[in-house]
Amino acid sequence: MLKETIYSLKAPYRDELRISGYRFGQGEKAACIIGSIRGNEVQQLYVCSQLIKALKELEAHGSIVSGKEILVIPSVNHYSMNIGKRFWAVDNTDINRMFPGYDKGETTQRIAAGVFEEAKEYSYGIQFASFYMPGDFVPHVRMMETGYQSASLANLFGLPYVVIRKPRPIDTTTLNYNWQLWETNAFSVYTKETDDIDEISAKQAVSAVLRFLTRMGVIRYNSHSGYIANVILEDELTSVHSDEAGIFHRFKGPGEEVHRGDVIAEVLDPYEGDVISQIIAPTEGIIFFSHKKPLITQRDIVCKIIRRLHE
Amino acid sequence: MIETVTSVKLPVDESLLIQKNRMEPLELTGREKRMTIVTGTHGDELEGQFVCYEVLRRIRENMDCLKGIVDVFPALNPLGIDSITRGIPQFDLDMNRIFPGSQEGVFTEYVAAEVVNDIAGSDLCVDVHASNIYLREMPQIRISENTATKLIPYAKLMNVDFVWVHAAATVLESTLAHSLNMMGVPTLVVEMGVGMRITKEYCYQLVDGIFNVMSELGIWTGEVNPVREPYVSVDEEVGFVNADASGIFVPAVPIWSYVEEGGHIGDILNPLTGLIEHRMEAPCTGTVFTLREYPIVYHGSLIARVLGGVKIC
Ligand SMILES: [Zn+2]
Repeated sequence: MLKETIYSLKAPYRDELRISGYRFGQGEKAACIIGSIRGNEVQQLYVCSQLIKALKELEAHGSIVSGKEILVIPSVNHYSMNIGKRFWAVDNTDINRMFPGYDKGETTQRIAAGVFEEAKEYSYGIQFASFYMPGDFVPHVRMMETGYQSASLANLFGLPYVVIRKPRPIDTTTLNYNWQLWETNAFSVYTKETDDIDEISAKQAVSAVLRFLTRMGVIRYNSHSGYIANVILEDELTSVHSDEAGIFHRFKGPGEEVHRGDVIAEVLDPYEGDVISQIIAPTEGIIFFSHKKPLITQRDIVCKIIRRLHE
Repeated sequence: MIETVTSVKLPVDESLLIQKNRMEPLELTGREKRMTIVTGTHGDELEGQFVCYEVLRRIRENMDCLKGIVDVFPALNPLGIDSITRGIPQFDLDMNRIFPGSQEGVFTEYVAAEVVNDIAGSDLCVDVHASNIYLREMPQIRISENTATKLIPYAKLMNVDFVWVHAAATVLESTLAHSLNMMGVPTLVVEMGVGMRITKEYCYQLVDGIFNVMSELGIWTGEVNPVREPYVSVDEEVGFVNADASGIFVPAVPIWSYVEEGGHIGDILNPLTGLIEHRMEAPCTGTVFTLREYPIVYHGSLIARVLGGVKIC
């Protein structure tokens, strides 16, 4: 293992921002793995730390395939993490919306360019990501439909679901999208949490990455075979909205099965405690994404359901 | 007449309201042209507040000169404006990156869709922005190159100092202006002044331009102040100055000044050592139309933009 500073930036008064990379093995650029890019992605940082720990052990046992190099960048924006912010603290820009970056541009464009310079040209790119809507997910691998994506490769992570997202204009500046344009097979791995650590899904994510690297011939690791993934198009998920605002009580969370007519959640009057709305499942299926916060705004998404295919 | 275009209930005893003021002639013929003025997508940009006020004030005082419909939306992002937040509080995406919105999306996307619906059918829309809290901008209109032919004639009527025709970028396809332009509503994006402040002279300048264009469209028959002819530039003419060090920036020239290539624009200082970290110089000879207002800078922070080869100040 080789630890190095892949990018650094001086601040007016704060300690220098150092972005660290851990290299395992030597040779062909096989896989690049990136952890937290936003300051609240603590789970993503944790997953990466566990992965680095596992790779250190594998390397010590000679289990990195010779001629293959893995680069792990556990954290990009700890400058924000250290002060409790999600985005770049000076101008609130999102580094994950600055790719491929520009080395003569604004600060966050320069950071993105510095990271991308190191992260590109690998065969596989894996990012532990978080979504723009707060809430929790069934662990899954997400890919952008760029024309270069390969769902069959995403299957090899052995996570229960692979989600294909049609990129919107705003997605064209993410790491995942730009990796694909630069001919890296890019995958975003979503676990259950972001701001908090969830051990179970973190372990699942580490195993998924090790399983994938094994199947791609980058490491040698004995793993159980995982799931055979269901490939879903994001646009085909059924969004269930809240017709009311107030205190949110959830009855069904990610991974749970629902039947048409089931009460998924209810909204209470925030002053009087009465149930003002019951959120009913419009279809049979499995909850893929779910609102988690104790308060809900009218029209917010309560959950997204993967419809049963036999319907 | 003040109308609520859309509303969404917030968790505790409050509704998010998007309101507009529709000014129309006392007697309608049904053939009136309609112009829409919007601002406040970015909650920290306030120059448009005075513009909206002044447009409505001038119309109110001469209602008999109003021959068309003027819709004024002073606050597309009321939660942001009232909490000094650029974006929509608790929402990750910049509001100007979620248009045309969606009835199926989260409430912010729903609000965006309702706003677009309401503006649809206007003969012209002006979206007033005020840079951000870091940079001051001379009054300018920004146009994507793929809409230039259609929009430049309108932009020339607006009394701005110049018009910047920039390259199209996929990410900008989710702005309000792009969405409206694609729907056939010619929409001009004005950038002027600086965040969190109101610069009255810029506001009066733009309001004169708005009445000039209203007069051209047949919406206004009242007197119109003379307007200036803007300089129309393309990307190649714009030189960028980005900080080469982190520290405290102090300018050496005022905005809208003419500088020679290599001329002194300002310095990045280190108050701990008492030394100059970096002397910032002009990349080309021309006019400074963007200048850093907020002193704290990092490597890369934008310091200035220079319109190369042009002396228009
Ligand atoms: Zn703006």
